[in-house]
Amino acid sequence: MSEEMDMEEGGTIKKFMFVNRKAPYGTIYALESLEVVLISAAFEQDVSLAFVDDGVYQLMKGINTDGIEMKSFAKTYRALEGYDIEKLYVDRESMEARGISEDDLIVDVQVVSAAEMADLMNEQDVVLSF
Amino acid sequence: MKFGILVNEGPYQHQASDSAYLFAKAALAKGHEIFRVFFYHDGVNNASRLTVPPADDRHIVNRWAALADEHKLDMVVCIAAAQRRGMMDDNESKRQGKDADNIHPSFRISGLGQLVEAGIQCDRLVVFGD
Repeated sequence: MSEEMDMEEGGTIKKFMFVNRKAPYGTIYALESLEVVLISAAFEQDVSLAFVDDGVYQLMKGINTDGIEMKSFAKTYRALEGYDIEKLYVDRESMEARGISEDDLIVDVQVVSAAEMADLMNEQDVVLSF
Repeated sequence: MKFGILVNEGPYQHQASDSAYLFAKAALAKGHEIFRVFFYHDGVNNASRLTVPPADDRHIVNRWAALADEHKLDMVVCIAAAQRRGMMDDNESKRQGKDADNIHPSFRISGLGQLVEAGIQCDRLVVFGD
């Protein structure tokens, strides 16, 4: 993160969910979403990440970006644990539609149904969709 | 109610900024508070003072600026997203050794912490994007 950290809030902890819906490298949404996720962790908020639609591709093993001249940020998802971000939810239907199983993913996740995902979203104070 | 607004898409290319503006205007007309408008992703391009749309079209940048000036809105452009897209204010331009700046004076540049803070402080954070 290049920007300076802003002042801490006075102890308010809200439930933030970041909903990742886009493939990792076709657009910049996934990368810039991760930048907000890391900042929110610095604010000590209750952060969770949801991966739906093409967003499930963000967590795929074996991504190699050499041929597209873009920096791979896959390892950042592995580092989230170090920021106490451990709630990663992946939409089951999105995985199945793309032929992806949990073994294909680089981090431990909770695979949930669309209905369970809706309940999780309903519990949040702030939902940011990228 | 206290609203935060996040604009994730650039002007004209996408309706997100138009919708966000109309939402902000309607909310203010109903007596609600807009705590902050945060521009992220290509949304940072909404702050270019060099924008010149055809004369018979809406001027998205000036329209935001007029609303902000009238209601003392805090309009923040993400510095990291702005830098990689060639958007900078006078200070940042000097710091980077550039020969120009392009951020409209009704906007200010700051970090992603300002977005997280809006999520914490506001009753609702409304996201306008793709």
